[in-house]
Amino acid sequence: MSECPANLKANPLLSRWFRLDERPLMGVRSGKVELGQGATTALAMIAATELGLELDQIDILAADTAHGPDEGYTAGSFSVEHGGSAMRWAAAQLRELAAQAAATVLGTTADQLVVEAGQFRRLGHNEGVTYWQLRDRINLGVSVLDLPAPVLRGGTIDDGHTRRPDLVGKLSGAGFIQDMTWPDLLHGRVLRPDHPQDRLLSCDDAAAKALAGVVAVVRDGHFAGVVAQSDEIALAAIALLRRSAQWQRQAELPLDDGLNGWMDQASPLSTCFLDEAQPDKDLPIRHAARYSRPFIAHASIGPACAVAQWHDGQLQVWSHSQGIYPLRRQLARTFGLEAEHVQVTHAHGAGCYGHNGADDVALDAALLARAVKAPVMCLWTRADELSWSPFGAAMRMELSAGLDESGQIVAWNHAVWSPTHLARPGFGDGVNLLAAGDLAQPHARPPLADAPRPQGGGDRNAVPLYDVGARKITHHLLPQGPLRSSALRALGAHGNVFAIESFMDELAALAGRDPLEFRLAHLSEPRGRAVVEAVAKAAQWNQDDPGGEGHGRGLGFARYKNLGAYCAVVVEVEVAETVRLVKVTAAVDAGEVIHRDGLMNQIEGGIIQAASWTLKEAAGWTQDGFKTRSWADYPILTFSEIPAIEIELVAPEGAASLGGGECAAGPVAAAIGNAIAHALGVRVRDMPLTPERITQAIHA
Amino acid sequence: MGAQGQHLTVNGTEITLSVDGDTPLLSVLRDRMDLKGSRIGCTEGYCGACTVLVEGKPVQSCNTPVWSVAGKAVTTIEAADRHPVLGEVQKVFVALQAAQCGYCTNGIMMTLAGLLSQSPRPDRAHILAHLDERHLCRCGVHARVLKAIDQLLAHSEGGLA
Repeated sequence: MSECPANLKANPLLSRWFRLDERPLMGVRSGKVELGQGATTALAMIAATELGLELDQIDILAADTAHGPDEGYTAGSFSVEHGGSAMRWAAAQLRELAAQAAATVLGTTADQLVVEAGQFRRLGHNEGVTYWQLRDRINLGVSVLDLPAPVLRGGTIDDGHTRRPDLVGKLSGAGFIQDMTWPDLLHGRVLRPDHPQDRLLSCDDAAAKALAGVVAVVRDGHFAGVVAQSDEIALAAIALLRRSAQWQRQAELPLDDGLNGWMDQASPLSTCFLDEAQPDKDLPIRHAARYSRPFIAHASIGPACAVAQWHDGQLQVWSHSQGIYPLRRQLARTFGLEAEHVQVTHAHGAGCYGHNGADDVALDAALLARAVKAPVMCLWTRADELSWSPFGAAMRMELSAGLDESGQIVAWNHAVWSPTHLARPGFGDGVNLLAAGDLAQPHARPPLADAPRPQGGGDRNAVPLYDVGARKITHHLLPQGPLRSSALRALGAHGNVFAIESFMDELAALAGRDPLEFRLAHLSEPRGRAVVEAVAKAAQWNQDDPGGEGHGRGLGFARYKNLGAYCAVVVEVEVAETVRLVKVTAAVDAGEVIHRDGLMNQIEGGIIQAASWTLKEAAGWTQDGFKTRSWADYPILTFSEIPAIEIELVAPEGAASLGGGECAAGPVAAAIGNAIAHALGVRVRDMPLTPERITQAIHA
Repeated sequence: MGAQGQHLTVNGTEITLSVDGDTPLLSVLRDRMDLKGSRIGCTEGYCGACTVLVEGKPVQSCNTPVWSVAGKAVTTIEAADRHPVLGEVQKVFVALQAAQCGYCTNGIMMTLAGLLSQSPRPDRAHILAHLDERHLCRCGVHARVLKAIDQLLAHSEGGLA
């Protein structure tokens, strides 16, 4: 790294990243936030590596718009890649400043010093001087842009057994935003309809107001909520409001056929972004197939929560948002404030896998708190969490390809239809916070858009990494579907890789070739080949395994976003009345690894979550509205359904870190589909791959 | 049922609270006693994030009215340093980093502490069936939880607790 990383250039003051006034701890503040993925541990390890500190000498401070750097969203598996490179450079810069100060104190030059456990000393000497002793001699107010580039130590302090500091507290008591408490904290709840197209017309405020302990009933346009002395009273008041609520239905929902039939009626915004000249000769093998995935719920274990307080027309919010700065700007816009008059501080929430209800509940809390003179904690219900959090978007993929006489692919077509995978607050001109559209003076949502290429949204990973000759890739962005959609882990990569890798198996079968050999024959990218070969070896891939009689194995591969980590997966299944995952073997190349156990945990979790999506999950609806109001409506994978998991990390020497948290989603989905096809001789192309769908495919 | 004195023992301390008997035990623990280690998850008995021990047995506190535990001993994760089996479970979970967000984890640890304290001790299949029925995890940390269970079963083979 020879140039100052972009996230540091944008936040060049060292005081945004470090605090030295908490002796004997170094306060470290990243703009990337803890979502349960362990990012702050990896970032603290990078800081410790460069600063010459032990991990337990670092105090990981909450990301905060008043004090910390603006690093946008914690998303896209960029925390280590982007946030980490900024932290590394900033920490190295601070170490060099401190070393110069230490040299003055110790009467030597900086190049004669070593730093260990926060103490600078001359080689061969025991006495030295610490960061904290040098505090008055270090100017944290300096801009790194005014300093020469530092020498990066590089590497990691990880010994393979680093434990996450944040888990110690969480696993013994409080630790989450829901656990925040003040003597004057009030409790808020909001009233949301059961149908995505319903709007509140009226409700009996008086009955709720009359309830003992209710402090305020807040009405603003179609928005309604209550503030009460306790959460139980707030819930009781909401129940009263609900009893008298009159709703107006703005539109009926299309029929849910489980196969995205509603997409036939939607008018897409179509972009053919890769259109290479197709071969004009007759090809001996041509094949086409259509795949789908339904809407998928975030289904966070903890309901969305925020705390808000107003002081003299200024707003302070605690939120488990993925993007505290974008949230600040959106809240400021909603309330007509200067951004400087809104402060958002990050607080840990339950596991977050994308754009869930965290930002929406922050506006809810702010609206409720405006009516009282105290902080208000607003909590969503389980039903609202499962229905009003945005969903991962439904997708339809149509693929076709042609093979030449030698069995090589020479033409490849991929078209994907999907509503947006990116409706995060702060993208586009408008306000993307749920309640903003309900207010008496409503804010319009931004115009329809999706995550831009090269990362892409619905078209994420729509371009295969294989050598497939002439490629034609088309993205059909649909207007909002029956359910509100936005970013869910891996975005379109889950559906597109499922389709591409299923299709590769289908083509291999038509060409009479082994799926592994067929892939390698079309894969010249060396790091891609390396993970495919590594997983084949680790899983003891046997070309002669005929499969069948309910036993099968399947392969899946992708490089996440074609920019991030490489992941190849082999899944073994036993299919009888249900699909039993026997074993998942994965090989991942995430470049340089900062926190090995943290990365392994993310890959394991990614495998299990993707298996759950692929085998079980679909968020549907009826004419009465949301179908997912409780965990009973939305089963996810359980403990006895978990396969054996084996993960191998591979990476070329000196390769830079690549985000790894999302890389398994697509390959796992495809490998499961391919393993089921290998076990039964029939293919299911529509997720979730349920026993009912498998039975239908057998009898088709 | 109006507010009245509810007597219970939480983590070894006897207390009397003036609270409606229908109040969920979870609310009493979190809001009246500031014991936040039992989590708010679904409040309808599916996810298990709120699990505590009542007389040593795992119970979902979100849909357990406080009157039903009157006079009984309630144990929460905050007592891990005083409950040998719970302490051991917690130690193994931390050592294996058997958590990601950690929101569901305390409930799972409470259930395991309850089951592993039973005599005779249930086998792995029984434990998994219990977890399947009463606990959810969304981060996908199940494989590590299973590893923790195997380690705890191996330990207790050797005479733990």
